[in-house]
Amino acid sequence: MASITLKLNNKNYTIEADPKMPLLWAIRDLAGLTGTKYGCGIAQCGACTVHLEGVPVRSCSVPVSSAANKNITTIEGLSTDNSTAVQRAWILEQVPQCGYCQSGQIMAASALLKRNPNPTDKDIDTAMQGHICRCGTYPRIRKAIKTAAQLMTQK
Amino acid sequence: METTPKNISRRNFIKLSGLTGTALTLGFSFSTSANELDIWNATAAESSGVELNAWISIDTNGKVTLMNHRSEMGQGSFQSVPQMIAEELEVALDQVNIIFAPGNGRKYGSQVTGGSSTIRGSYKKLLRLGASAREMLIETAAKKWGVNKSECYAENGTVIHRASGKKFHYGELVTEAAKLEAPKDVALKNPKDYKLIRKPLPRQDTPMKVNGKAVFGLDFKLPSMLYAVVERSPRFQGKVIKWDDTETKKVPGVRHVLKVTRDEFGNMREGVAVVADNTWAAMQGRKALKIEWDDTAFPHHSTEELYTKMREQVKGEMISFRTMGNTTSAFAKAEKKVEATYETPYESHSCMEPLNCVANVTDDKIEIWGPIQGPDWIQQNICAHFKLPPEKVIVNMTFLGGGFGRKAFTDYPYEAVMISKEIKAPVQVIWTREDDMTIGPFRPGMVYQCKGAVTGNGRIGSFETKISGQNMDMQNPGADKTSYNGSDTEGFLEGYFESIPHYSFGDSPLDSPVPVMWWRSVYSSTNAFAFESFIDELAVQAAKDPIDFRRQHLGERYQLLMNKLEQVSGWKERGKNTGYGVAITECFSSIVGEVVKVSKTADGKIKIDKVWAVMDCGWYVNPDIIKAQVEGSIVMALGAATKHETTFKDGKAVERNFVEYKMPRIQDIPEIEVHIMDNEEKAGGVGEPGLPPFTPALTNAIFDLTGTRIRRLPFSLDKIG
Ligand code: FES
Ligand code: FES
Repeated sequence: MASITLKLNNKNYTIEADPKMPLLWAIRDLAGLTGTKYGCGIAQCGACTVHLEGVPVRSCSVPVSSAANKNITTIEGLSTDNSTAVQRAWILEQVPQCGYCQSGQIMAASALLKRNPNPTDKDIDTAMQGHICRCGTYPRIRKAIKTAAQLMTQK
Repeated sequence: METTPKNISRRNFIKLSGLTGTALTLGFSFSTSANELDIWNATAAESSGVELNAWISIDTNGKVTLMNHRSEMGQGSFQSVPQMIAEELEVALDQVNIIFAPGNGRKYGSQVTGGSSTIRGSYKKLLRLGASAREMLIETAAKKWGVNKSECYAENGTVIHRASGKKFHYGELVTEAAKLEAPKDVALKNPKDYKLIRKPLPRQDTPMKVNGKAVFGLDFKLPSMLYAVVERSPRFQGKVIKWDDTETKKVPGVRHVLKVTRDEFGNMREGVAVVADNTWAAMQGRKALKIEWDDTAFPHHSTEELYTKMREQVKGEMISFRTMGNTTSAFAKAEKKVEATYETPYESHSCMEPLNCVANVTDDKIEIWGPIQGPDWIQQNICAHFKLPPEKVIVNMTFLGGGFGRKAFTDYPYEAVMISKEIKAPVQVIWTREDDMTIGPFRPGMVYQCKGAVTGNGRIGSFETKISGQNMDMQNPGADKTSYNGSDTEGFLEGYFESIPHYSFGDSPLDSPVPVMWWRSVYSSTNAFAFESFIDELAVQAAKDPIDFRRQHLGERYQLLMNKLEQVSGWKERGKNTGYGVAITECFSSIVGEVVKVSKTADGKIKIDKVWAVMDCGWYVNPDIIKAQVEGSIVMALGAATKHETTFKDGKAVERNFVEYKMPRIQDIPEIEVHIMDNEEKAGGVGEPGLPPFTPALTNAIFDLTGTRIRRLPFSLDKIG
């Protein structure tokens, strides 16, 4: 067990954890932020995606020790009022069904648009193919990413 | 709109929603005299000693609170129910608050969300409830003004006197209105006047699903709650002989190791639970556990063995379900005939949220929180096991990260209750993805043997289907294994029964220890592949266009749908080098037709270019939710047709996670265009009926393009001859 400081959404959390514990469980069980989801535990579904120093990572496959003292953004840290272009687009296009996969989808889409404000269908495929949605919201995810790109140019 | 997924008795309900006793509260009740549903004013019900299940309440500020008795697993009943109430009550949707009702079968009628039944089962009652409250408010206002109530109308949370323009807000009327008796008969609005129903209103739960605030079962936490994972017998019916937890106990954070059982259709399955301070420690502890299982008492089936048996069984005697005429002699005499066998795989539900459940057992009650499709069934189950009256077992529903039938099954809360009782602390049981994928229950694998003939004028002369597969109703101890499967014809259009002179449907149930359960659209999800592929094979025999061939057998409602499908898909103008396939199925009282267009890529693979769907679900609420459900159903069908299956080896499920059980991904999804028929037929389901027609429409399209007939699922789009 080790004492580890997590910088989650600009707030420091000091936790006692096995250094090998995946960041996912530290965020959910120890810091108590449950917006980040568990779907597979083996980097196959994308439900657990967070930004580590701005880069999307699968928190189920990152040991908590390697994320210590780094800037981590979870879905809760994206905005307090659903105001980011991606969140607004997700609402406009009515993407979520059960909603369980959507934190991961939104984190991935946000990172994509930051890198590439005008993604093609191919770019969207590449960035989003690691994210499973069992409810099958894929057509709307594609549409919402394009809508978000447009919203971003309007600002 | 806010949500409060809490436990509520009627009194609590009134308190919780911040209402006073002066609020107007209306609910359903099974009246004691006649066994029919009545709408009651809460005060009247109380003084007559009628047990009321409160549904809506309007407070002195005009705020409406509504209890939703269905769980929300993605299909949007969260939205549709308030939309109906608000329509008849003449209030804006944002004036309506919603609370999920806790499990209590007696009070709320069946709460199981399944069979796409939320709207189907209760829409007339919900409309009447809203309309009754509206009429009582109008009556109160009319009395206050001393005018006839026909001179008044309701709009936007107010009652207006037409001639003078005088107004009362609902809040000003509720105290008086609460003293009235609920009207016996109320007129419902004409669909032409709908302001909310039939409009693609945004779902109210979307905002909290894009910022991490929606609380799913896995997200629910109680103070000082512990976390448990359970090692269950990998062969379905294994019993624990003994275990060694020396290494487990060395894992920091592990607190308890104990034997647990799980109620699977009344059969107690065994496992060993590891309870720890956090999920990860519990998982690590379980890895270190060594369990010895006794699994000698049942066969260890492999996929090959299961299908060999089913292929044998369809050749033998059937338990007949539905017949007309004599298919044997009709088939023998016919000139043009076909025989074909279709096979569909076992499938895992694989909801994105793996199963989980929180339980807190205290001296005086048991309380459960979780992603639950059937709270009243779980309440009954727990009451029976622990010999408690219903008021001591409280089942709370969180959001569900997918259900698809799996979360209507009552097995998983029992383990959590057992552990919490034993360790005297609140506990959450978490199924890992591997647990969720390998323990089941699964969609049963099926084999269909079809024989059919076409007559000289190109109509279906006879249609026979022999089915073998596990019957979901035959798993309880003492189940009658000699009765037919009442679902043998699920998915088949009712219209065919009127126009085919000889038909027969029967089944020969397969016996296996593999647990099986409803999977989105249930038997239709597999039956439809056989039926609609076979209809296509018969159309080829008859040398008729697949849509024309179907049309000549079916009545007006189906005809209208097919005309629409033909038109939107450009069926008649379809070009060369593309394949078009059609399928139409009926499921939970809705009819859905789909056309799939395919082509070949330069490297010889099949590409799905587009899917058109036409849904006829009769009376409906929200077209955008219906479209989303059909899109999702098509994606789920695509996965089961072309990506994944659960196989068994030596009595264990082989596919353990998404590496082996491959899901459709964003790049696999074609454009999907959904249309809805407008009519006033009875409301049908919307969450499931879009699924069954997709696969046969796809394989029929592939036949159209390549001449290859696909008769076993799943198949790869990359490897078609
Ligand atoms: S939970 Fe991390 S990728 Fe699935
Ligand atoms: S919305 Fe349910 S899994 Fe994606």
